[in-house]
Amino acid sequence: MTPALKRLLATLFALALVAAACGSDAATDTAADDAAADDASADDAASDDAAGDDASGDDASADGGAACGTGATKVGFLYVGPKDDFGYNQAAYEAAVAMGEATGVEVIHAENVPETVEDAVPVMEDMIAQGATILFPTSFGHFLPAAEVAANNPGVCVVHQGQLESSLESGALDNLGTYFASVFEPVYLAGISAGAVTETNTLGYVYAFPIPQTLQNINAFALGAQSVNPDAKVIAISTADWCDPAKQAQAAQTLLDQGADVLTQHQDCTKTIIETAEAAGAYSVGYHYDASELAPNGWLTGSDWAWTELYTDIVETMIAGEFVDSPYNGDYRIGYQDADAPFVAFVPSEFGSAVDADTQALVADALAKMTADEDGDGIGDFNIFAGPLADRDGTVQIAEGVSPTYVELDQLMGFGSWFVAGVEGSLE
Amino acid sequence: MIEAILIGAVGGGTSMVFAAVGETVTERSGVINLGVEGSMLCGALAAYAVGIETGSPWIGVVAGLLAGLALSLLHAFMVLTRKANQIATGLAITFLGLGATALFGQSYVSQGVVPLPDYAVPGLADIPFVGPIFFDHDPLTYLSFAVAPAAWWFLFRTGTGLRIRAAGERPDVLSTMGTSPDRVRWIAVAIGGGLAGVGGAQLATAFARTWSEDMVAGRGFIAVALVIFAGWNPMVAVAGAYLFSGAVVFQLELQARGSGISIFVLDAIPYLVVLIVLAALSGRRRHAAPESLDKVFDAGGVPA
Repeated sequence: MTPALKRLLATLFALALVAAACGSDAATDTAADDAAADDASADDAASDDAAGDDASGDDASADGGAACGTGATKVGFLYVGPKDDFGYNQAAYEAAVAMGEATGVEVIHAENVPETVEDAVPVMEDMIAQGATILFPTSFGHFLPAAEVAANNPGVCVVHQGQLESSLESGALDNLGTYFASVFEPVYLAGISAGAVTETNTLGYVYAFPIPQTLQNINAFALGAQSVNPDAKVIAISTADWCDPAKQAQAAQTLLDQGADVLTQHQDCTKTIIETAEAAGAYSVGYHYDASELAPNGWLTGSDWAWTELYTDIVETMIAGEFVDSPYNGDYRIGYQDADAPFVAFVPSEFGSAVDADTQALVADALAKMTADEDGDGIGDFNIFAGPLADRDGTVQIAEGVSPTYVELDQLMGFGSWFVAGVEGSLE
Repeated sequence: MIEAILIGAVGGGTSMVFAAVGETVTERSGVINLGVEGSMLCGALAAYAVGIETGSPWIGVVAGLLAGLALSLLHAFMVLTRKANQIATGLAITFLGLGATALFGQSYVSQGVVPLPDYAVPGLADIPFVGPIFFDHDPLTYLSFAVAPAAWWFLFRTGTGLRIRAAGERPDVLSTMGTSPDRVRWIAVAIGGGLAGVGGAQLATAFARTWSEDMVAGRGFIAVALVIFAGWNPMVAVAGAYLFSGAVVFQLELQARGSGISIFVLDAIPYLVVLIVLAALSGRRRHAAPESLDKVFDAGGVPA
């Protein structure tokens, strides 16, 4: 365990304590009517878990006759930002709507839900009061509120987008799950395009905070670019904000001044950076959402969320009462390396005109290697973070012979941990 | 690096120049308006939305001015007519602006707008060093170069300016002279709100060229702090706005150059700079504060 990870876990634990101390009153107040009976069963479930993990499916049926979400007709989605941000939230919103059409459930949405227990818990309790029995809190920081709501409402399935249930100090729950997609794999493929077209060998990356997903993306982008252009370097700059467009404009300009001729980002709102690059005649690699219309000349490619099929399968699993025994009740991760993955939650964007046929072939080749499973172990053969992999100071972080799984990566590349060689810029 | 910092200081500081100069006029009349942040947000959204609906960024800028002004009139009504606490009112106004723009701005998030284009001044823009810093910006930035001298001239060389300062320093004297201090303050608050609205318009339609919720991100509050830092002098307030914005670019440059300093420390630099300057100057400049700034004059006790 790295020191940075220890600090993160300590912080999370402290936050969990605060959340437990401050949040329980509010939660019991708002959910008083329909949770009175559930509270008793929650205690039962908790003591059952403590006693032993025998036949968790029986636990559920003993509680109220059914697992969480069984026969659900209403599903609630929470977004940290607006549903039309050309980014993360818009992608989740559109997939939620499509899931509703595919499954026939009613979908209710709450936008701009802050990532705090005081704000997010009442929103979820309100959705439950409206009859929702499945909740999708979709932002990284919605996790602790989600865990609290799940603990207080055993009949409601809560699946969180982005974190790991195993990171929860209070232990796993039968009605809580986490899921995410290997965002960094399409980012690696986009890095190939960027490394091929750059003339200055300098790529700019605007990010918000050094959370695991972001570090994986930046490192993958650099490795992808270096796979076709060993001289390519990435300059990473933090705006310390998911969406502060004016600061994005200044960060993008700073990167352009440093000679970057390709800009990419890990921000929730993406328009300003793409337009700043386009105005300067630089190339853009998108993220979250296909914004190629904003950069008719400089658009290279990007990574778009394609959540619909995964959302649909999660909801159908819950409606059928099979959540507890499904992979979604835990740390679920999918990516190109899941040779048997039924869905890809991430697709590369369309290529722009600046990406020539040779480069597109290189991208297709790398993608084929990720998904190919010639050794038949059920895992794709090309792991972009396979060891030995050193940080930029030369310290080996992933040992030779280690092929980290998606879940292991969140620990190996934890909050504020490390950049690979060729990534410049401050960290943590 | 110095040139890049100064270019960023001017371009990114323009919105705060408008807001800080406007707040200087407001505070000179004896009213503190902490609703500047809200006025900037209203100005940003109004300029962006009207710009999209009409296709003209300039009509948008006028709409931004009016929106910022309208919100500040609410502050004037609460503080001057209803005699509400001006600090609490200003904060409430800011949150009103934040909530209202988040609500009404939803359908405009990240939509395309005809931006106010950058316009390189022929000849001047080619001057080495000085040209890119001052003469390769959007039209509102050029306008901002004039706004502080204009405000200075207005405050110190016109009759209305004299009355605004009198309302801030000696409202009883103004009242004795037969002029209602509150009427003068209404005008000063409106000027401040209108300029904050223009600042917001510059942020949304010229600098970031997008609308998103809470996009002003505290720049309005920084502008209020700059007024104090500037000793209620509009010319110095401009320097403060450029100092803050330049510090933002400075810390981004340090990041890009791999300074090895924590990004969280670097991100705090602009705020620390403002705090340090405020602390260093506040003792020396206390006499510059309009005397009635901390109390709202009530003409009820004095024959008006």
